[in-house]
Order: sequence, then C-alpha cells, then structure tokens
Amino acid sequence: MKNKLVKMMALLTATTMVAAGVMGCGSSDTSTGADGDANANEPAASEADNATDAADSEAAGGADLSGSIKLAGSTSMEKLANAMAEAYMEKNPNVSVTAEFTGSSAGLESLAAGSVDIGDASRALSDEEKAGGAVENIVAIDGIAVITDTANTVTDIKSEDLAKVYTGEITNWKDLGGPDESIVVIGREAGSGTRDAFEELLDVKDKCAYAQELDSTGAVLAKVAATPGAVGYISLDVLDDTVNGLKINSVEPSEETILSGDYLLQRPFVMATMGEISEQNELVQSFFDFINSDDGKNVIKSVGLIIPQ
Amino acid sequence: MNCNAKHIVETIAKVIFFICAAVAIVAVLCITGYMFTKGTPALAKVGVIDLLFGTAWQPTAQTPSYGIFYIILTSIVGTAVAILVGVPIALLTAVFITEIANKKLAAIVQPAVELLAAIPSVIYGLLGMMILNPVMFKLERIVFRGSTTHQFTGGSNLLSAIIVLAIMILPTVINISVSSIRAVPDHLKSASLALGATHIQTIFKVMIPAARSGIMTGVVLGIGRALGEAMAINMVAGGSVNIPLPFNSVRFLTTQLVSEMSYAEGLHREVLFTVGLVLFIFIMIINLILAQVEKKGAVEK
Repeated sequence: MKNKLVKMMALLTATTMVAAGVMGCGSSDTSTGADGDANANEPAASEADNATDAADSEAAGGADLSGSIKLAGSTSMEKLANAMAEAYMEKNPNVSVTAEFTGSSAGLESLAAGSVDIGDASRALSDEEKAGGAVENIVAIDGIAVITDTANTVTDIKSEDLAKVYTGEITNWKDLGGPDESIVVIGREAGSGTRDAFEELLDVKDKCAYAQELDSTGAVLAKVAATPGAVGYISLDVLDDTVNGLKINSVEPSEETILSGDYLLQRPFVMATMGEISEQNELVQSFFDFINSDDGKNVIKSVGLIIPQ
Repeated sequence: MNCNAKHIVETIAKVIFFICAAVAIVAVLCITGYMFTKGTPALAKVGVIDLLFGTAWQPTAQTPSYGIFYIILTSIVGTAVAILVGVPIALLTAVFITEIANKKLAAIVQPAVELLAAIPSVIYGLLGMMILNPVMFKLERIVFRGSTTHQFTGGSNLLSAIIVLAIMILPTVINISVSSIRAVPDHLKSASLALGATHIQTIFKVMIPAARSGIMTGVVLGIGRALGEAMAINMVAGGSVNIPLPFNSVRFLTTQLVSEMSYAEGLHREVLFTVGLVLFIFIMIINLILAQVEKKGAVEK
C-alpha cells in the first residue's frame, strides 16, 4: 500500500510538472508578444542611457561603449545584418546589436516610430519615407542574377526580352536565338524582396506570369538547375556553377559591372537612420564607423555583397 | 494508510486529471478564437465575395486583389482526386493484408505500410521534386507539344501534388481498414463461405460491407491528412495561383500560408489568416463528418 502511494505521488508530481511545463510555454509565448509591444516605449530610455554612456566614453574611444543598437527591416539583409552585428559585437563586447527581419517597409515604419535605431531596406527609400526624416545610408549593393540551366545556349538577353519572358509574351527560347524549348518561368513568392526588386527593376511589377513561385533562393537555384528551359532570378552572391548567369544587355553579372552601374539588375542595401549619421548617438555612429572600416568591408564581402564606392 | 489520506490522493488525482483535460480544451478554444478574430477582419475589408470567389491573387500589386477562389478550388480538387486514387489502392492493400496474403507475406507488407506513415512529409516532397517532377515535365512536353497557350511548368503541377498526396494518405486508410476488416466477426465470413460464395465474393459482398464504417473513418481521416498537408506539396505543386487543371502550377490553402506568411504585411497578412480560417473550417467540417460516421458505426454495432 505504502509503495503504491509513493508511486502515485511520483506520478502526480510528474503530471504536475508536465502541466506546468505546458503552461510555462503558453505564458512565455504571451510574454514575447508583450515584449514586442513594449519595444515602442523602450528606446527613449535606452537612448538616454546611451547619451550618458557616450559622454563617459568619448575620450576612451569605441572599445568602452556599452548599450544596445536595434535594427529591423529587410529579410534580404538578414545575412548582412547578422554578420555585421556579430563582427561589431566582437569588437565592442558591451554593446548588444539586435536585428529583426520584418521586411523593408516594416523596418522603416519601426524607424519612423522610433522603436529601432536603424531601419534596414533592400531598396531605395521612397520620397515619402525621406520626407519623414529617414536618411538613406547605402551600406552595400546587391546584384540579382538571371539564371538558366547549364544546357541552355542563350547567354545574353535584352532587358526588354527578359521582361517579355516574365510577362509571358515570349514563351520559347527559339525566339531568343536559343533551342526550340519552352521557357519555364520561375520566380519568388509575393512579398519576397528579391521578387520585388526584380519586378521593379524590369518594370514588370504585378504583370509577371510565373509557372512556379518558390519561397527561397535555394529552391529557385535547385529548380532552375534541374529543369531544362527554366529561367529564374537569385541574389548574385549565391550564383554558382550549377546554373548559367545570363548577361543582361550584353553585360555580365559581376561586381565590376554593378559598381560601374552598367549591370541593370542591382539594388542598394540601405541602413536608414532618422537624420544624418552624425546626428545619431555614439553607439550608432560607431556602428557605421565599423561598417566603413576594413573589418566592416570584409563582412560585406563575406556575405557576397558589393561595397558601394 | 487511512481513509483520509486515500481521500486526499483521490481528490488531487481528480484535480490533475481535470487540469490536463482543460489544457486540451483551452488550446482548442484559444486556437478557434484566434483564427476567427484574426481571419474575419480581412473578410470585411476585402468583401466576402471578392475574397472567397475572386480569381485574381495579386497581394502586392498597386491595386491589390485578394481572390482566393482558385486556391480553395485547388485544395478541394486536389484532395478529392487524391482520395479517389488513393482509397481503392489502400482498400485493396488492406484486403490483401488481412485476407489474401499468407502470414509471412502480411508480416512484410504491414510493417512496410507503417513505415510509409513514419516517413516525414518533407521526404515525400523531396522525392517528388527530384523524381516525379522531371517525369511530369517529359509528359507535359509530349501532351502540350507545339502548344502556344500552355504555360510550361517544368513538371511542378497539380498532377504531381495529387500523386504525392495519394501516396501519403495510403498508410492512414490502410491501417484503419485493416483493423476494421479484422474486426468483422468470423461467423459472417464462415456463413458466406458455407453458402457457397467464393473467397473473393465473400470479401466484397460480406467483409467490406461489414467493415464499412471503419473504412469510412479511414477515408475521412485520409481527407483530413490530404487537406492539411503542406510541406510535400509545396515542393512539387509549383506554387502559382491557377485554375486546378492537371498540368497547371497550382497553390493549395496550406502552401499559400507556408510560402507567403514570412514576408506578408498589412492586409496581405490578414488575408493569409483568412486563408488559414478557411482551411480551419474545412478541417472542422471533416471532423464533424468523422464524428457522424463513428456515431453511425457505433449504432450499427
């Protein structure tokens, strides 16, 4: 009997713990939600902190900075923002840099609302956003490569023709001087930064007739490589030998052609601030100093982006 | 141990059982409440007719349109055809395991079926993408040779999705059918055989009708599985919003959420919640049907 009681108690304890665990999960969920809401109130306080910190550490230079920098914005800039944040924090261990990826427009909204220090955008800022006080600091340039499967003999395409391929006016490679093969038009899903940039740059926004809409760059790369007659678009930095990168208007997709401005399909990666960088607090200024330093440039290169001149 | 201690343990146990049961119920209520509060605003903003029966899905356009009719239709057609293809195969497999195969063979087939159920859906998707899609592309090029109006999809189409779904529902339907055929009382079979019916006649005229409600439960669960599957068909269906024709690239309710939720903002996001709500309601209906089927089965017994 006693033995049974012990067993029973053990069982009860276990169940209680499980139940508590489940509830714990539930409540932690809600607390994250609350965090998100609370963010709006936080920066005012942290900015005040930063100001005092800045005054304290002015003489000592960057190494003694402490506080936090908040970034939010473009999902396309996730790799860049995370790598930059990590490298910066290595140099400034007392500063925490947090980056959220909510989309370019959402990031700029957060910036305007004052809930973040830097708004990431993978496009040029709109006049409206600039009027609101956001300053466009271009930290890197992203190129979009148009790719085909390696068996395709078409290596060069005019931008008008490319637009026609994507709107469905040209459906066979033979119309572009290639083999008699139907074109399989592959793109990204609505809302993707790459799709947005591609359609905007080619002026085919909302007119594209996709045969496949995939939800990641990797998927586009894999599908194009595996499908004869396919055409797709990806970030230039993930371009590899499994596919052909098409020349656009006879311009090879490469760093040089992007910097010279000859290659059409390129977009800026912007880290926008409210007001000029010189008007920012010490932390944000030191972050931008880092981006412009050799270390920062190495980070930009390491994630496959191009350093603006 | 005295009575008092016993009583305390009993009470504590009851409270804990109650709390555990409440977790499930609270979860269901929360999810239902959440889906309705998140999913209905877009219905009002876009308009019920425009949203549910509109055929143009252009959420990021200058003048966006949020018609999800083709997406709903794709989910219905895709699921229905997958069931039509999958259920006969599953039923005959179940008959094979229970009646035709000898014990040794059944001991190989049944674990194989169970293994099929254990394979993660992403693996189905991967195989579909690497094997099924290229085959479909070859077929597509033969069927639409010289066509100028057909948009070539590279084999990512409704047909691929249906084949993957049909395979994925097999284990669900087979396992439940096997147990319900096994549960048919022996005397029914013996009586049928004694009356001079052949084995096959007995199976189709006596065993399967007797196991009907169990088999129906399997079919309804299969429908639920097919309707709710996202990962595998996301990889093989192409993902463009189109009329669900066999060689069209299509998008299901589930894949709609999977592919666009991460970047969607504003009304676009709200509409995706409505898509989730539609899916949720479909699944609820399937569950109600399941409850009815099971009730009917219980009454018959």
